[in-house]
Amino acid sequence: MLTVTDLHVSYGSISALRGISFSIPAGAIVTLIGGNGAGKTTTLRTISGLLRAKTGKVEFLGEDITALPAHQIVARGLSHVPEGRMVFSNLTVDENLSMGAYLLSDKALIAKNREYVFSVFPRMKERLKQTAGTLSGGEQQMLAIGRALMGNPKFLMLDEPSLGIAPRLISTIFEKIVEINQSHGITILLVEQNANLALEVSQQAYVLETGSIVMVGESKKLRADPQLKATYLGG
Amino acid sequence: MPRPHLYLFATLACAFGLSHFSDRMDPYFLDVLTGIGINVILAVSLNLVNGYTGQFSLGHAGFMSVGAYMAAAVSVFLGPRLLGESGGSALQQGTLFLAALITGGCAAALAGLGVGVPSLRLKGDYLALVTLGFGEIIRVIFQNFEPLGGALGLNGIPAYTTIFWVLALVGLTVFVVTCLVNSTYGRGFLATHDDEIASEAVGLNTTRYKIVAFVIGAFFAGTAGGLYGHFKMTITPTGFDFTKSIEIVVMVILGGMGNTLGVILAAILLTLLPELLRPIAEYRMIIYSLMLIVLMLARPQGLFNFKFGKAKL
Repeated sequence: MLTVTDLHVSYGSISALRGISFSIPAGAIVTLIGGNGAGKTTTLRTISGLLRAKTGKVEFLGEDITALPAHQIVARGLSHVPEGRMVFSNLTVDENLSMGAYLLSDKALIAKNREYVFSVFPRMKERLKQTAGTLSGGEQQMLAIGRALMGNPKFLMLDEPSLGIAPRLISTIFEKIVEINQSHGITILLVEQNANLALEVSQQAYVLETGSIVMVGESKKLRADPQLKATYLGG
Repeated sequence: MPRPHLYLFATLACAFGLSHFSDRMDPYFLDVLTGIGINVILAVSLNLVNGYTGQFSLGHAGFMSVGAYMAAAVSVFLGPRLLGESGGSALQQGTLFLAALITGGCAAALAGLGVGVPSLRLKGDYLALVTLGFGEIIRVIFQNFEPLGGALGLNGIPAYTTIFWVLALVGLTVFVVTCLVNSTYGRGFLATHDDEIASEAVGLNTTRYKIVAFVIGAFFAGTAGGLYGHFKMTITPTGFDFTKSIEIVVMVILGGMGNTLGVILAAILLTLLPELLRPIAEYRMIIYSLMLIVLMLARPQGLFNFKFGKAKL
């Protein structure tokens, strides 16, 4: 579904990604793990067109999207839930969801997507008229994911969905991520610092270290890997 | 009928009604009212850029001057040719004035597009500096452009501005801005303000939104300039300098960024204040400045902003 080939990205003279390549099959949950500054967020932002690659190629459904602007990439069914629950804090929950369907014009489809979001996150329906800035951290994350689902994505990229959220809600959110993948067949690329959790829900994993992929494998096997355990899983 | 439409009709009816009695009204009162109306148009249109879309423009007086000069040029240079020696009938004059205002607005909108496209990639302070520079460039151009009067300014502009035109344009500006930001399309301005990355991530073209806000804001600033020129009957480049831009920004901040009603009230208050303080002559500007400081300290989120949320710049 998504193929990244030899991607180089730099901020000014500092290079953040040094030639990473990976591919994600349709229907899978794939995770990208690694420490701070490894280049996880940079990878997602480059794929979704928020950052420009220096060299390399991003292909989505067989089409080269490397040079496309962000809004055209979203229109092709690739949605990005940015890090840090970036909801529109001055808009209501309802308005946030409507913004997610910004590129859709089919009213019936928008209504259907809205129902789907409510079925995944019932709490959103309760908070419809509330200003998004007043939601709790976990609710904002749900809203950010819900907003992305409103756009009818085929492929969803989640950047650190567990960041700064109460532990009880983290497991709920990860259950929902699996549910979205299984019930709707939406392919998911998950970026996480919480490697344990990410490896639990995903089928395949890539380990990123200072801008290069240092390890690839099935998530189950990586969980048992002694080296990875020592570095990321806390022994 | 939706509420904004009702307000528009109410304002238009009010404008029409007032214009019938304007002969019998105190000219000083009418002058102040005209000044208030022009400032309301300026502040509400700037609020679309600085408040709703979250860009910091310091060039609004520049757009106003483009509109003022272009509108004045139409009625000063084209007017006599089209209307003849007699000056034409009231209807002909009205049509000419409308054409002049639209020309002024469009010229300002074009200027907005010219400044916006290259500079809206910048954010915050940098954008403020670029728009500030633009305002100064415009002023210097008019100062040195002899066909439009140069540093002496353009004189002999017919006094077409009546209370009817002012109120009608106030109504129209408020109507357009309100409907725009409350529309599905217009939510994009607020979204761009709240979070640019998230906006891009849901598929908004944020650069285009910023440019649209800039162009629409500039258009109404241009028409306000047109009203101003045909009200004062003479315009000079120094009337549209940096301090005028600041004055409009102050109205927006004091009213509460992104709050049209608050901004209208602030524009009214800040236009009235110097008039009310006239009796104490030389202390006037000191009191005015002191009141601004006190108001900002007491209500940093905007004088008339009672909604949730912290003040943002």
